[in-house]
Amino acid sequence: MSLAALGVLAVVALAALAAPVLLPYDPDAPDAERTLEAPGHRHWLGTDLYGRDQLTRLVYAGRVDLLVAIEATAIALSVGAVLGAVSGYRGGFIDQVLMRIIDTIQAFPSFILAMGIAAALGNSVTNIVIAIAITHVPIYGRLIRGEMLRIRETEYAEAARTVGNRQRRIMFYHLLPNCFPPVVVQATLAMGFAILTVAALSYIGLGIRPPTSEWGAMTAEGASYIVSGEWWIFVFPGMAIMATVLSFNLLGDALRDVLDPRMKGV
Amino acid sequence: MTDLLAVRDLTVHFATDEGIVQALDGASLRVGPGEVVGLVGESGSGKSVTALAILRLLRPPARVLGGRIEFDGLDLQACSEEEMRAVRGAQISMVFQSPRTSLNPVLPVGHQIARLLVQHGAIRPREARARAVEMLREVGIGEPERRARQYAHQLSGGMCQRVMIAMALATNPRLLIADEPTTGLDVSIAAQILDLLGDLGRRTGAAILLITHDLGVVARRCDRVVVMHAGQTVEWAPVRALFHAPAHPYTRALLRSIPRVVGTGEMEPIPGWVPSLLAPPPGCRFAPRCALVRPECRAPVPVRSVDGDHRVACVAAEAS
Repeated sequence: MSLAALGVLAVVALAALAAPVLLPYDPDAPDAERTLEAPGHRHWLGTDLYGRDQLTRLVYAGRVDLLVAIEATAIALSVGAVLGAVSGYRGGFIDQVLMRIIDTIQAFPSFILAMGIAAALGNSVTNIVIAIAITHVPIYGRLIRGEMLRIRETEYAEAARTVGNRQRRIMFYHLLPNCFPPVVVQATLAMGFAILTVAALSYIGLGIRPPTSEWGAMTAEGASYIVSGEWWIFVFPGMAIMATVLSFNLLGDALRDVLDPRMKGV
Repeated sequence: MTDLLAVRDLTVHFATDEGIVQALDGASLRVGPGEVVGLVGESGSGKSVTALAILRLLRPPARVLGGRIEFDGLDLQACSEEEMRAVRGAQISMVFQSPRTSLNPVLPVGHQIARLLVQHGAIRPREARARAVEMLREVGIGEPERRARQYAHQLSGGMCQRVMIAMALATNPRLLIADEPTTGLDVSIAAQILDLLGDLGRRTGAAILLITHDLGVVARRCDRVVVMHAGQTVEWAPVRALFHAPAHPYTRALLRSIPRVVGTGEMEPIPGWVPSLLAPPPGCRFAPRCALVRPECRAPVPVRSVDGDHRVACVAAEAS
């Protein structure tokens, strides 16, 4: 199952990387002669209202979605790691302050918060990345703080202190890497969630702006054609979102089984 | 002989939910240059707390309330954190009781030694790596080049302890604190590790403060012994004097409690328990367990010389 998930993700990622080589069409170029064409040998997944090739748009959309998810995760992870490490290792007042900030972020439903941030900053790709990153910081901050609380009491932490390391060095060089196994699992799961958020933001028009193709936006465009029978515009991007997110979740579960033997069979 | 390390009247308390744990109550000891000093006592007698206090690594809830720690004439408690970092690892290093868990699991062992060298000596990373491999060879690890690239979980417990010793001695410290360095190792490996420690200590001229509860180890490896009971240091003696003429009732009880294979001596457990450090008895903390207890034992006990360098904190000692 996890191999299948890895396979799906590999296909999506490779297709996204090799898009210009693989596909003969321009994702954004309209073709007035071939609008709303059903899937066939010329356009495998059909065309949309403007005659754009759906397969091409789907693959280019994968590029955007994956990139946003990766960037947002990278930023959230970096910020969360610093906050969590300092909070967990130092404890006391700093811990209290940082954790209350994280509590504040978490007090908002994360999608509403992402919507708010995207709406306030304007919906460029960068701003979407920032919005999702902010909503994801608490996930990593809390997790790493918890791990740090445990790891700072280990003997190798004590040993690192006895040889005269600076506090910063102990935190980030000696201890932080030891916090990572559960973080890898969490990051994989959160990637799926990030993709879902981009798609949802775009679906309601606060995310990636047309004509750039994006799965959520494509689904939104397709939604108005369900009744008139042009199902392919709606179904394929929806399936792409579902398959990718599901794959990230399955992969995350598989990683957890590998990295944390205690959770096996749970 | 001037002392390399002198700890005087060290008092350490831990604030816990149940109350104040009086972990150390006026502990004193000294270590001369190149000397091997054994620090013995039951579990919870404050041996490890003493070690951490020397390096100033006690963290809340622990609090040092009094006493003086001098290392090579330097008052460690008056040192800035910056100065302290220069002492830790370079002047005083430490070997812990569980070698496997004292090594960072995500860094190769050779890398950990090399890091330490770069940190404390003016040495380039490339040289440090070569020196790390050399150190591993010196502590008797076969195929040091290969082992240097391995992680703690790929080495045996004994090998991990050798790595720890290599690391502890890599910077040529003046004092090595070994906190029960052979716990969890089987007997023959433990003997090898202790031999290695003694050997390297002699060769590098480093003094060793050997923390242990094993009097057999003390008899064979140490020059002098300090006996601790419930946070108090009760007797200081050259190793021969301690075994031939133990002065403190606790030391005598401790010696009697060693099981013997040969001879008629029965093993005698020490009566009673280590007193609670939450509400320890005033004065001598061994008094409630002591057969020779007197009213004066309830007041702070003066330290008296029994014979030259052999000193004891007991009012009854003379009578015996």
